[in-house]
Amino acid sequence: MCNMSEQQETRAREPYLLEMLDIEKQFPGVKALDHARLQLRAGTVHALMGENGAGKSTLMKCLFGIYTRDGGTITMNGEPVTFTSPRDALDNGVAMVHQELNQVLRRNVMENVWLGRFPTTKLGTVDTRKMYADTKAVFERLEIDVDPKQIIGELSVSKRQMVEIAKAVSYNAKILVLDEPTSSLTEDEVEHLFRIMHRLTSEGVGIIYISHKMDEILRISNDVTIMRDGQWIATKSAETLTKEEIIRLMVGREMTNQFPPKNNQIGDVLLDVRNFSGMYEPTCHDVSFQLHKGEVLGVAGLVGSRRTELLNSLFGYFTSGGGEVTMNGKPIRNVTTDEARKNGFALITEERRATGIFGENTILFNTIIANVDAYGKPLLNARKMDRDTDEQIAAMKVKTPSKKTLIKSLSGGNQQKVIIGRWLLTNPDVLLMDEPTRGIDVGAKYEIYQLILNLASQGKGVMMVSSEMPELLGICDRILVMSNGHLAGIVERGKDFGNIPGEQEKIMELAAKYV
Amino acid sequence: MKNKSVSAALKKNAMLIVLVLVYLFFLILTKGGIFSPSSFTELINQNAYVYILGAGMLMCMLTGGNIDLSCGAFVCLLGALGGVFMIVQGMSTGLSILLLLLIGIGYGVGLGFLIAYVHIPPWIATLAGYLAFRGLGTSILSANSVTGSLAPFPTDFQSIFYGRIFPTEKGVFNWPCFLLGLLAAAAVVGLTFRNRQVRLKKGYEADSVASAAGKSGLGAAAILLVTARLAMDGGIPTTLLWVAGIILIYSFITSKTTIGRHFYIVGGNMEAARLSGVNTRRVMFVAYLNMAVLTAIATMTVVARSQSAYADVGKNFEMDAISACVVGGVSASGGAGTVLGMVIGATLIGVINLGMSLISLDANYQRVIKGLVLLAAVVFDILSKKRGK
Repeated sequence: MCNMSEQQETRAREPYLLEMLDIEKQFPGVKALDHARLQLRAGTVHALMGENGAGKSTLMKCLFGIYTRDGGTITMNGEPVTFTSPRDALDNGVAMVHQELNQVLRRNVMENVWLGRFPTTKLGTVDTRKMYADTKAVFERLEIDVDPKQIIGELSVSKRQMVEIAKAVSYNAKILVLDEPTSSLTEDEVEHLFRIMHRLTSEGVGIIYISHKMDEILRISNDVTIMRDGQWIATKSAETLTKEEIIRLMVGREMTNQFPPKNNQIGDVLLDVRNFSGMYEPTCHDVSFQLHKGEVLGVAGLVGSRRTELLNSLFGYFTSGGGEVTMNGKPIRNVTTDEARKNGFALITEERRATGIFGENTILFNTIIANVDAYGKPLLNARKMDRDTDEQIAAMKVKTPSKKTLIKSLSGGNQQKVIIGRWLLTNPDVLLMDEPTRGIDVGAKYEIYQLILNLASQGKGVMMVSSEMPELLGICDRILVMSNGHLAGIVERGKDFGNIPGEQEKIMELAAKYV
Repeated sequence: MKNKSVSAALKKNAMLIVLVLVYLFFLILTKGGIFSPSSFTELINQNAYVYILGAGMLMCMLTGGNIDLSCGAFVCLLGALGGVFMIVQGMSTGLSILLLLLIGIGYGVGLGFLIAYVHIPPWIATLAGYLAFRGLGTSILSANSVTGSLAPFPTDFQSIFYGRIFPTEKGVFNWPCFLLGLLAAAAVVGLTFRNRQVRLKKGYEADSVASAAGKSGLGAAAILLVTARLAMDGGIPTTLLWVAGIILIYSFITSKTTIGRHFYIVGGNMEAARLSGVNTRRVMFVAYLNMAVLTAIATMTVVARSQSAYADVGKNFEMDAISACVVGGVSASGGAGTVLGMVIGATLIGVINLGMSLISLDANYQRVIKGLVLLAAVVFDILSKKRGK
């Protein structure tokens, strides 16, 4: 800790655009922030890092007036400030791109950009023409190609994210907070965002940048602040940091291995999928593969390669449009999700918040919900539900004060563990996992990998969609590569990947095959 | 391409087309009875409260499918109080109107506060009023009258809310009425073309001349037809002025003003609105304050027409207003719907009501049919949206 504070000393002579010191925030049962600190210099990108649940977003919400802090000081250019609402923060030169896209999907792009500050004519009516012209001007300046009059719900998620970024920029704020802005962006768009950020910093804007992507952070940020368990751990210049160092500071221990050792044994064919297609476009077409017992089968592909559609159609969530699926030699048809569940399938969905958790319900409710038939008809057996929930909480190592805690108050990693626990109660043979580690911090990712490999060791078949190549290479036995709705190829560990030079290039080549 | 735009236009105006078809259906069934001058007056007077409460309910529904269950019962309470003011106490009409409006504002402020700032779910907050107000109104009526109703309201009150402008004998052509219609029709055509001119001048897309002429022409023709018929029935009912005024004001508010858009935005995504600095609580507050004030105005048109305040006045009005909105395409989950849609919905229900009374259909069957129409409207709405996807 000693050398860290030295580093602080050298910085302190420069004037800070924003200084947050000793910020405290208490939630019922949890100390979310405990002497949190952030010092942002004008014209720099300041990365804020930490595992999920470390308090990054909470700290930003205290700045932006969404939460009221319990203690500590915030100063802007030396002046103490306290924002009581987002409006207050926006009026005082602080703009924020939130982690979740918050947009009015039924309205058009420009209304979403100027929400809360519509230009008005002399008569007091909304000046749509000015709004259109202003939006056009902002988009042109930032080189964003979106029609201001289009209904925003019709845009792709990545385009919507760019609109949200343009909106934040349009406030001409002195401080811009970007909370995981790149999670849904394509590579080109990430570059685009970095150009925008570069331009803003050259104009003297201070940017607070929250992300889990180490490469991004090391590339674009000037300073890095690392938080753990709501506390300030370190602030260092990005040049002096390495990935390993950041991870060490974030998790508080050395992370020598990103992936647990593989010890799963591949057995007989569990699932045989032939010429499988979805019904409604856009979807997957003519996909054939086999999943073995004890195998972790990855699914790689670019955005729009229809990996999610493949999983959802196999599970009967999307209507399938042809092909044959046999399980242990017997033909099956998962027409409904209920049927899929009874056939021993489990689906862990991509959008945890939207389609995974029942946010307003307890961990207990969320744990037993897929297996509720097993707790007695017509009356539910409370004791059995309690016991199973406790078992899953222990088995999954869910960090929670109680099983009666609302699931929405858990961090993403712990929510994901609850959902995996939910499906394990149904004793599935086939686990379909769609981006199981998305938005989950490094430490929890490791635990999820371990869970996946343990399941495979027990003879279950796991299919795992991921956009993170290293994790597919790290834990899968084979990888299906999807391209534009079609299966472009299957690569095997030991033959095509697994410390083999050119492995990533080979997969990327396949992913681009039908684009 | 052409076909697509035609089918899109059909879909967009589906309820309007249904309205015309239903009207033609009753025209045949009543052997022209529904086209008689008095039917036009009746349609307006009978449904005035639906349009007025519908405008208020629309604003509530826009904020996220929220409704006001208390407005019908509040009509009963306000009616009873109006009776006490004007008939029992003999207060002047002006003072009584003012008092009723103030009571409306008072209730609106309280209700808006509970919903917006205490976060009581609207349907529960208004359920309380639904239960309490009719009881309160009825007890006020029975305390002041043996029969349980108060009548008659003073004539100047009636002439304000249920009179005629420049009245003439029935059957004598009322020129002021028709001239006003001409003026309104000219305004519709003129404004449409002026708007188009401005758009073109500033380089925006605009409708073709033919389509602008067609749209505004149809609107103008409808106005002329209605005023021509009303002119044969003694002139413009004052109710029409109240209704038309409220429709115009709320159309303007919802489409042109910032607060109007905020209703759509709060209903579309409350969180996005809040994070963009929209005062979402104030929007909720205004929605229910506005509803209560409009309920006060609706009450006056209703008791002026019935000439009395009685225990059953206002019964099911909240349901009529909600039905008008839903049939008119207002989203039950908020964020979408227009005043014009609500007006078409209310008129459609009004035409069906009037048509059924004219052919003397049993009142019980009338209810069955109204229920089916409501269901059909929603099913149609959902199916057409699905097709669109």
